Amino acid sequence: MADRVYRAAPPETLRIEALGDLTVLFDRRSMQTHLMIQPMPEILAAMADDRCNAATVAERLAARFDLGGEGDPMPLIAERLAELAAMGLVAEA
Amino acid sequence: MRHSTRIAVGPVQFRIGSDWRAPVAVLDRLYAGYPRDDTRPADATVRLFAARPWRRWLRPSVQIGGDFVIPDALPLPLSMGLLAAEMGMNLQVALGWRRHLLLHASAVARDGRAVIMSGESGSGKSTLAALLGEDGWRLMGDEFTLIDPAGGDALAFPRAVSLKNAAIAEVAARVDTARLGPLLAGTPKGDIRHLIPRADAIAAMHEPARPALLLFPRFGGEAAIEPMGEGEAFVRLTEASTNYVALGEPGFAALTRLVRETPAFGISYPDSTTGLALVEQLFAEAVR
Repeated sequence: MADRVYRAAPPETLRIEALGDLTVLFDRRSMQTHLMIQPMPEILAAMADDRCNAATVAERLAARFDLGGEGDPMPLIAERLAELAAMGLVAEA
Repeated sequence: MRHSTRIAVGPVQFRIGSDWRAPVAVLDRLYAGYPRDDTRPADATVRLFAARPWRRWLRPSVQIGGDFVIPDALPLPLSMGLLAAEMGMNLQVALGWRRHLLLHASAVARDGRAVIMSGESGSGKSTLAALLGEDGWRLMGDEFTLIDPAGGDALAFPRAVSLKNAAIAEVAARVDTARLGPLLAGTPKGDIRHLIPRADAIAAMHEPARPALLLFPRFGGEAAIEPMGEGEAFVRLTEASTNYVALGEPGFAALTRLVRETPAFGISYPDSTTGLALVEQLFAEAVR
C-alpha cells in the first residue's frame, strides 16, 4: 500500500476529552461524536497541523512513546490513518 | 378540543386536549397538587382524538397527536386514555425538549444531591425511585432526568410515577390509596397504576440537585456493585439520552462533565430491599 499523506482536521474543529481508557471526540463540522481508544488520539496529536504519512507519524510517536520494538509499526499506523480518514478526522493532503 | 387541561411537570408546560372527558378528568386528579401557571405558553401539546368521528362513541379508541407523533401508532381503547396521555407527554419531551440534556433515567435527591438511575425497562429504576421517594428521599422523577448544560445540575421531572406489574402492589402497600390512580389492567405494557409523588417532592420540583451518583441498576441476580469507568458511563448515557445528538456540543460538554464529576456504578439486586440498601450505601460513600 502506498504511504498516503494526510492532514488532521484543524484543531479548532475538534473537541477532544479523555475519559479513562476512552477518548471522546466531538467534531464541530459534522456534529458527530467519535469514540476512540489508543493509539488514535495519540496519532491525531502527533500529526499536529502538518502533512504526515505513516512514516512521519511512526517517527513522531517513537520519539514520545515506547512502541514496543516488535516489528514494523508502519502498516498498523497506515491502517489507523485510513480509519481516521473514514471518520473524517484526517484527510488526504 | 372538547376537553383540555394544563399540566406543569418540572420545567415543562403541557397542554393536553382530548375528545373525551375521562382522560382529562383523571389527569386533573393526578396533577391537582402541581403548581399551575396557565399564563405561560405551553412547551408541548398532546392531543387525544378519535381517528374517525364515530370512534368517539363506538368502541372508542384514542389516537395520540401532538407536535411529535409516532407514525402508524395503533390507537388505544378509551379505558387506557390515561396511558395514551402519558405516552403522548413522554414523546413530546423525548423528541422536543432542547433546553436540557434529557436522560431516560429516574432520580432521587437528598440534601441537594441527586442519585441518577439509568436502565432499560425492567431494570427497576422506576420502582427504586418510587420506593426511595417514600423513604426519606425527594423523588425527582421516574422516567426522565434533565441535566442543565450550563451548570451541570440535575433538574426534576416528577410526573405521576408509572408503576408497572409487581411494583404496583409493592408501592401500594406503603402509600395512601388517595395517591394512586386507577388500575389500567392488561395494557400493551402490562398492568399500570400511577402514583402521585409526595407533596414535598412536587413543591420542590424546580429545585436543582447536584449529581452525586450515577447508577445503572439491574434487577435480578446476586447483590453486586460494579464500579464503572467514565468512558462506559458516557457511552451508556448517550444511548439513554433522547436529545444528545440534537443538542450538539453543549450536550457533549454536559455529558463529559457529568461522567467526570460523578462516580458511576452498575448494581445488581435480587429484591427491592437489597436495591434500596445498595443505593443508601453508595450514596453515603459518594457524599462522604
